[in-house]
Amino acid sequence: MGFMMTLSTILATLASPIAALAQSEPVHAAPQEAGHAAEQVAHAAAHVASKIEAIAAPGVGPLWLLLIPVLPLVGFVLSALCAAFRVKSKLPAWLTVLCLGASFAVTLAMYLQLSSGQIANPSVATGFEWIKVSWGLGDAHSMVANFGLYIDSLTCLWMLFVTGLATLIGLYASEYMAGDVGAGYCRFFAAFNLFVFSMSCLVMGDNLLLLYLGWEGVGLCSYLLIGYFYKKPSAVEAGKKAFIVNRIGDLGLALGLMLTAVHFDSIEYSVIFAKAQPYLTALSEGRLGDIPAVVQLIPVLLMIGAFGKSAQLPLYVWLPDAMEGPTPVSALIHAATMVTAGVYLIARTYPLFLLSETALPIVAWTGALTALLAATIGMAQFDIKRIMAYSTVSQLGYMFAGLGVLTSGGAAFHVFTHAFFKAMLFLSCGAVMHGFAGQLDLRKLSGVGSMPGWRVVGIAMLVGCLNLAGFPVITSGYWSKDMILGEAFANPHMVAIGWILLLTAGLTAYYTFRVYFRVFVGPKYFEPGDEVHGHGGDDHGSHGADAHGHGSHGTDAHGHKAHEEHGHAGHGHDAHAHFHPHAPGWAINTVLAILAIAAFAVIGLRFVGGHEGWVSGLIEHSSANYAGHAMYAAAASHGGEHAHATFFGYDAHTAMMYVSGVVGIVGILTAFVLHYVGRTTAAKSKADALLPLVGPLAKWAQGKWYVDELYNAIIRVPLLVLAHLFHLIDKAIVDGIVDLFGWVPKFTGSSLRPSQSGALHGYALSMAGGLAVLVLIVVMVMK
Amino acid sequence: MNMLASIPGAMDAVITGTTLAQASAPAPMAASQLAHYLFVSAALFAIGLIGFLTRRNLIIMFLCTELMFQAAGVALIAFSRFHLNMTGQTFVIFILTVAAAEAAMALALVVLLFRRRESLNAEEFSEMKG
Repeated sequence: MGFMMTLSTILATLASPIAALAQSEPVHAAPQEAGHAAEQVAHAAAHVASKIEAIAAPGVGPLWLLLIPVLPLVGFVLSALCAAFRVKSKLPAWLTVLCLGASFAVTLAMYLQLSSGQIANPSVATGFEWIKVSWGLGDAHSMVANFGLYIDSLTCLWMLFVTGLATLIGLYASEYMAGDVGAGYCRFFAAFNLFVFSMSCLVMGDNLLLLYLGWEGVGLCSYLLIGYFYKKPSAVEAGKKAFIVNRIGDLGLALGLMLTAVHFDSIEYSVIFAKAQPYLTALSEGRLGDIPAVVQLIPVLLMIGAFGKSAQLPLYVWLPDAMEGPTPVSALIHAATMVTAGVYLIARTYPLFLLSETALPIVAWTGALTALLAATIGMAQFDIKRIMAYSTVSQLGYMFAGLGVLTSGGAAFHVFTHAFFKAMLFLSCGAVMHGFAGQLDLRKLSGVGSMPGWRVVGIAMLVGCLNLAGFPVITSGYWSKDMILGEAFANPHMVAIGWILLLTAGLTAYYTFRVYFRVFVGPKYFEPGDEVHGHGGDDHGSHGADAHGHGSHGTDAHGHKAHEEHGHAGHGHDAHAHFHPHAPGWAINTVLAILAIAAFAVIGLRFVGGHEGWVSGLIEHSSANYAGHAMYAAAASHGGEHAHATFFGYDAHTAMMYVSGVVGIVGILTAFVLHYVGRTTAAKSKADALLPLVGPLAKWAQGKWYVDELYNAIIRVPLLVLAHLFHLIDKAIVDGIVDLFGWVPKFTGSSLRPSQSGALHGYALSMAGGLAVLVLIVVMVMK
Repeated sequence: MNMLASIPGAMDAVITGTTLAQASAPAPMAASQLAHYLFVSAALFAIGLIGFLTRRNLIIMFLCTELMFQAAGVALIAFSRFHLNMTGQTFVIFILTVAAAEAAMALALVVLLFRRRESLNAEEFSEMKG
């Protein structure tokens, strides 16, 4: 009965006009930064006060919201049951799509109810009491972590793209993973569902511990799915690397969580934010000295967790290797959703980050440097999936920089647009990988977009590349990147970051279109890869011919050059007469088409619902916006600083609209000239002629600046040496002592054992002899 | 009574101090007389021991152990008589009872062993060794 009512509520909400989307968001005029300082202070204080009032007393959310995390959990259980019953069909995929689609529908209902005011923003829906520890009376002596959901517009934003993309990518994976139907297929979709459940806990949890549960859960699923092809050593290595590098970040998160619990006596967001109020007031009045050091340390610790999960500078090394997993996983987990968890964490605890003088500048600088470093590496790679991985690292850097320069709305908008176009880019690369037997080397593929059956992939790739490159006006990537760039240049302390990001934007446009012009247009040519979906051995229907392609390719594993020359001798395709590329089917094409449309559709969000767009509107009504500008401006004006910068005399935001567009086009044109014009073979382009000009830089960038080697030398090798040393000590001393205690009785026993011959007469004789000796002694003594 | 008997001179007190006619005490035994008994005991024991060591038949060996057992019994009774202490004799009565039970069990074991190997040779049974 209750369930039916829940269902009817959801359906009714879904049926209500989507127009509510636009009209229901009240447009808040942003505080005028050009206003007088006193006005700003008053405004900021009022803003903070009103926000605190709302957040300290969150509404009660309806319990059907729990369906959002529960439905993927149901999907997980069903997929696991499929594995238990040895289902050999695509059933787990359809169950997954059904559960995730239902979860998306509930999320949509949640968003519509939230925007129409039926659910208070924020509100808390408590499922059950999860953990409660008391060591005395009163709140200060207990810690409560409910399985409760914190519903505000930030949650809605994240859950919309998490569940929406998960549904689409689940559909894509139903075809992509078809070669593994059976146990592997069930395992894949079980982990896939578990991931969405964990991600829902992470995003929707009303306390830091539930976030931590989700955080570790997504880490686990990431590990399981990276190592999906567990017979492939490199995949296993990559899974372990991702898991271990994330542990380092997670330590920071765990410490931050504990410090929060110690200082604020709670880990629930509503309580933390309410208790942070005095500090925020102090900040808006410019009394930075009133904020204790402990409070300033919390965001720094949380930040380390975010850096690990979102692949930022010291800890980014795991993400490129994570591409060993199946491509749908790369698209969903390692591009669109999980890696944005760090951005979410900072956005969610933004009030705490504002309280630290150092946290947000560190976030900004880390993000900017990561963006630049990853872009330079991406320029020199040849594996198209790796290039996309580095571009993900780079774009995540953008998001962090956006958070750091106080445009949480811009950062969230970039997360949102990036989720669509990056998922699309990965899925396009995945389609290529799927069709060409694992081939990902851009020197061995050319003109794919114009091959029969590859048109949708070609167009999707073009749309994705334009978005990633930030092609002006018609792409969503341009608008979201622009918000971050404009804000960076508007902030007088962050202009350097603006320049780094602008340079990165140019590099991004170049390397993105390097892939496009090499692989998807130009003369048609391909060499099949040497594997089927990352692992050989499975029968794969139409891929039966791959065995031939594999065989003929395998012979020249040591002599690529010879093979390429052979291919260039006018009959490139004849070399692979046995191999036929496997054009994507309806599921892959449908998903790509939907994503391509979505990537354009989200441009519209820039212009509805709030003066800086729909996403900013959502952020403004969540914990991610504490009128950071106003507060910092007020704080700065107390210190007598001028708090606004311009771009060579023009308004930074307006100027960036033109400058970033021009930079993007310059990057694209460079790629066009270097990689498309006059290119007749897949392997060589004009860019090769320019390589000597940059000297060893290209080689270093191709070697990923040898960061892996550096970590190997300064961390792994010393640890390994230490481990061996401890092993020796353990063997020689600890084990030695224990062994000695065992050895003494053992030696005694073994030396006495032969006397136990088993012959009765032997025993009797020795007894008689013993008796004789005893008698002799007695007689002697008596004497 | 036994307690008193173990104390030198106490027996005389009992004898003189009582009206019971049964108190005609056994005559003390000479040490040379004791030696005869002990000699028989030692001979029995030696015969048993030698038999046990030299023979391989389980029943014979068992009988030899009985022989050694009874040698100890003879020695006990001899000493008991020599010291006028009845404890030794009482003890031997118990030993005989236990020995009878033990003999029954031991013979049963011998029968079982025989069924196992169709042999009574002690050398056949040497599996339990270190």
